[in-house]
Amino acid sequence: MSTTGTNWFKYSSPQAFHPLAGRLIPWFAAAALGLSGIGLYMGFFVAPTDATQGDAYRIIFVHVPAAWMSMFLYVIMAVWAGIGLGLNARPSFMMAQAIAPTGALFTFLALLTGSMWGKPTWGAWWVWDARLTSELILLFQYIGIILLRSSIDDLRRADRASAVLALVGVINVPIIYFSVRWWNTLHQGASVSITAAPSMAGTMVTAMLIMTLAFWMYSFAVTLARMRCVIVERERQPSWGKPAAIPDVAEAR
Amino acid sequence: MQWGSLAEFVAMGGYGLYVWISFGATALCMGGEVFVVWRRSAAAASRNEL
Repeated sequence: MSTTGTNWFKYSSPQAFHPLAGRLIPWFAAAALGLSGIGLYMGFFVAPTDATQGDAYRIIFVHVPAAWMSMFLYVIMAVWAGIGLGLNARPSFMMAQAIAPTGALFTFLALLTGSMWGKPTWGAWWVWDARLTSELILLFQYIGIILLRSSIDDLRRADRASAVLALVGVINVPIIYFSVRWWNTLHQGASVSITAAPSMAGTMVTAMLIMTLAFWMYSFAVTLARMRCVIVERERQPSWGKPAAIPDVAEAR
Repeated sequence: MQWGSLAEFVAMGGYGLYVWISFGATALCMGGEVFVVWRRSAAAASRNEL
C-alpha cells in the first residue's frame, strides 16, 4: 500500500468512521431527494400510459426499486456479517446491524406495493406464488435477524448469532430472483436484465432506474445515520461529538 | 404529457387508489424511518452529553 495515498483502512475504526459518515450523510440525502424528484417527474409525466396495464403499471416506479433494494441490502448485510465473522471485526457487525431495519422496510414496501399492483391486474391482493412467497420469507428472515440480535444480551454473541443467521439466509436471494424463471408464476418475469433488451418503453426503464438510484442513495444515508447511532450506543465515549482527539479516546478507554 | 387536468392525474385512469396508496405508503415508510433514526441519534447524542 502506498504511504502517500489515503489509508482507507483507517475508516474501519469507529473513531474515524463516525465523523466520516456524518460528513457523507447530507450528500447522500440530497442525492436521494434530487433523484427521486427527477424519477417521479419522469415516472408520472414523461413515461407513457402502458398499453395493457393502463396507469396501474406506474406502481413499478416504487415496487421494483423497493424489491431490488430488499435483495441488495440483504446481500450487503450478509457480506458485512461474513466479514465480521471472518475477521472478528466489530464495525462490520455494526454495519450488518445498521442495514437490517432498512432492508426489512424495503421488503415490506415491495410486498405492499406488489399487492396494490396485483389487485387491479391479477384480481387478487395476494397469491401463494413462488416470487411472492420467497419475498415474504425474506421479510421473516430480516425480522428473525433483528429479533435474534435483540434477544441476546451479550453483544459479541448477538453479533455472531445474527451474522450466521444472515449468512445462511443468503440462499433465499437467488431463489427470489430466479423464482419467475424456475417456476410457473403469476408474477411477470424480469423487466430489465443484462442479457436481453428491456421489455418496456425507454422512458419507463429510465424512470425506474433513476428511482432505484434514489433508493440506493436513501439507503446509504439512512444506514450511515443508523450506523452512527449504533456506534454511539455500543461504544460509550465522551468524545463522539468533538473532533477526533485520539488522546481523549485513549483516556476514555 | 398525457394528463388533461389535475382530476385526470389523480384518477390515474381509474387506478388512482392503488397507485396513490403505493406511493403514499412508500413516502410514509421512508419518512417514518428517517424520523425514527433522527430521534434515535438525538437520544444517543444526549446520553453522551454531546
